[in-house]
Amino acid sequence: MSIEHLILRVVIKIMFAPILLFALYVQFHGDYGPGGGFQAGVIFAVGFILHALIMGLDETKRVMPIGVLKWLMVIGFLFYAGTGVATMLLGGNLLGYDAIDPASTHHAGQHWGILLVEFGVGMAVASTMMMIFYHFAGREPEIRDEDW
Amino acid sequence: MTGAEIANAGLLIDLSLLTMLVLVAYVMVRSRQLFAIVMLSGIYSLLSAAFFVSLDAVDVAFTEAAVGAGVSTVLMLGAMLLTTRREKPIIAGRSPVAMLVAVLVGAALIYATLDMPAFGDAASPANSYMGEVYVERTAKEIAVPNIVTAVLASYRGFDTLGETMVIFTAGLGVILLLGAGSARGGREVSDVEDEDAKS
Repeated sequence: MSIEHLILRVVIKIMFAPILLFALYVQFHGDYGPGGGFQAGVIFAVGFILHALIMGLDETKRVMPIGVLKWLMVIGFLFYAGTGVATMLLGGNLLGYDAIDPASTHHAGQHWGILLVEFGVGMAVASTMMMIFYHFAGREPEIRDEDW
Repeated sequence: MTGAEIANAGLLIDLSLLTMLVLVAYVMVRSRQLFAIVMLSGIYSLLSAAFFVSLDAVDVAFTEAAVGAGVSTVLMLGAMLLTTRREKPIIAGRSPVAMLVAVLVGAALIYATLDMPAFGDAASPANSYMGEVYVERTAKEIAVPNIVTAVLASYRGFDTLGETMVIFTAGLGVILLLGAGSARGGREVSDVEDEDAKS
């Protein structure tokens, strides 16, 4: 399995970083263009899933350990919920982002709130997708060659 | 190009995309090779994403392309590896009751589409009431260029919190169903009780 699928290996090595970069772009430009946390999370996860498909699951588990994913899943969701609680503590409603920056004339609080919430969504979605993939793929160690 | 020519080109693209969707769906129903079916479902998602783009629903198209064509295809492949490669052959039989039900439901659906508002109708229910309110108020209340994001993350932030919870729960469900052992690096799990398992 070391030098098999050489072309695929080279391609994924070139593609991996741009995929993650595109995911981050989609993540943080969700309020300006199409996209947002859900799509960004999925694209981020797809980068790692491609890595796992070509390099093998064990290599990917060294890059993104399953123990880390477990925590990211929880932290992502709590980040979202925590933003809601934070706006309550600042004197607004649950997820009423205007409380973050009440003095702003151009709704900076809304921008911050959306950014924070989408970040939580992205983190939770990316880690959950990877987690689900790990568990599906982890049931059988390798994809046999005749299945390609 | 004149406006009419652009409209004709759009109609042509829509028609060819929909035709391809029907063809792919038909091949999926007829095929017994699970690998081919999984690949075709990816193609189906990609085609519907292209169709959503032609309907100007870029956010939906983006999600469909990423989730439908990307992740779920891979997950289906992963699930397929855990089972057999071919669907069990089914004995083809003619069932008049099934045929009747299919024809009746199809006729009812086609009849229902006659009442639907025209594409892009400004007075349609989806474009009036709440949709209109969001379009009018986003600019001065949220000040975010993408109205979809404003609705998703701000106006309906509580809904999206629930959606994130659903995804989290789905992940937990998969861990609980498939996770025995594999979360610890694929340790083999045996149903037979032995001394090692007890200790």
